[in-house]
Amino acid sequence: MPAPRVGVLSLQGDFGCHQLSLGSLGVEVRRVTLPQDLDGVEALILPGGESTTMTRLLAATGLRAPLEAFVREQPVMGTCAGVILLGHGAQALPAPPFAVLDAIVERNAYGRQIDSFEADVEAPVVGGAFHGVFIRAPKIVSVGPGVEVVARRGPEAGGEVVGIRAGRIVGLCFHPELTSDLRFHRWFLTEVAGLRLPGPAPAAPAAERRAAEACEDPA
Amino acid sequence: MKGQDQFRLKVGLAEMLKGGVIMDVMTPDQARIAEEAGAAAVMALERIPARIRREGGIARMSDPRLIKEIEAAVSIPVMAKCRIGHIAEAQILETLGVDFIDESEVLSPADDENHIWKHDFKVPFVCGCRDLGEALRRIGEGAAMIRTKGEAGTGDVIEAVRHMRTVQKGIKKLAALREDELMAESKQLGAPFEVVRQIARTGKLPVPNFAAGGIATPADASLMMQLGAESVFVGSGIFEVGLDEEPKKAREQQLLVAQAIVKAVANYNRPEILAAVSEGLPKPMRGVTMESIPEEQQLAKRGW
Repeated sequence: MPAPRVGVLSLQGDFGCHQLSLGSLGVEVRRVTLPQDLDGVEALILPGGESTTMTRLLAATGLRAPLEAFVREQPVMGTCAGVILLGHGAQALPAPPFAVLDAIVERNAYGRQIDSFEADVEAPVVGGAFHGVFIRAPKIVSVGPGVEVVARRGPEAGGEVVGIRAGRIVGLCFHPELTSDLRFHRWFLTEVAGLRLPGPAPAAPAAERRAAEACEDPA
Repeated sequence: MKGQDQFRLKVGLAEMLKGGVIMDVMTPDQARIAEEAGAAAVMALERIPARIRREGGIARMSDPRLIKEIEAAVSIPVMAKCRIGHIAEAQILETLGVDFIDESEVLSPADDENHIWKHDFKVPFVCGCRDLGEALRRIGEGAAMIRTKGEAGTGDVIEAVRHMRTVQKGIKKLAALREDELMAESKQLGAPFEVVRQIARTGKLPVPNFAAGGIATPADASLMMQLGAESVFVGSGIFEVGLDEEPKKAREQQLLVAQAIVKAVANYNRPEILAAVSEGLPKPMRGVTMESIPEEQQLAKRGW
């Protein structure tokens, strides 16, 4: 059985880190920058980056409509800027977000870069504690009735919601792709998207590793 | 040790800026033009490099008021420059909440031996380099992003190309060396041994590597991406456009150029898109060729 094909929206942001994480899980990774890149893609990741930049590039590249059709029918996980694109915006974006997650999401809700932080989050769907990296992170201000909370911060932060799921759609305010912990990617692909992983990929050849990004290599 | 454990957050923000364009802006309105064009971040400064070059004099950190106004004008990250080795300017910029500090050769250096010990700061730093040794010294000091220096304010891309190729060649060479050759190479590069070993092992820099200095057109931006840059800084290439025009017309032209460069970076390996975005653009900045600049006026020579 061929490895499932998983797309990463690659207009701007840390798509390279997601590519590394997915590659370690043995799936075929496809960078998505044009409509035809979505062909045969079974699940999609919207990376971190600047949501305003991504929204504008979506309009400029003609990717907006096909991507919108994809997120209405297929499994999608967004991290940071990705969850902004999937939810309902608390502030205006250059173009409206996809609004497939019934949640209000506030951009840069913690402040500027000096307010970025790392904190363990409680995520029972991946077996408990998960190290959360929050960079100029958004906040999930409120969620609708059909939305399941999949990650919360600890009691010191009032159990703040930082990860949600509604059916095939997952939104995380933090960046599992900046760590070597693959549990969220694996959970999304297997439990949410229902894909079968072919098992760990053989070690990437040196040349490929060299082309890879500066984010932490998955163990 | 407040600095070291922040490193993942610092490099993390640099990762978020990949595939994007960071634009030099001098006013809140220019910052809005940049944001409207799809810039991933702006660099707030009083004079873009082409002006510094024309007007001369000491170039210093910008007025905090200007930085605050620009921070208030846009929602994307705001960077600002401090002079090489100017710890106090960096502290001021950190207090102002800038998202990245560029310890930059474009400003007049404050120290002719030492750069800032960047691990002491919570805010991430980007530094320029001309070769691998310089890049690794800056990373050793705590830089979370490296950019080629190029020659700022010229509109001539040749130096950016030279520096990017030099850095990439240096990385390839390290990756090909035997372990017992690394110490001598480290000595030759003038670079910290541990970072040298890390690159020999992984074949890549431990922080993102962007391009800057002389990038003036969508094709220039694509060229730098194809040579291995992960994003580009555009300094004078946008707001030196349309200087002879009425303000409204100039604004339109600057927006057009800025949008074209953003699209070029996102599609740097698709010539048909580059052709489309390059068509009918306003005349790029006039620029100056590298050969016409006396050596003592070359900004890239600053930094040690």
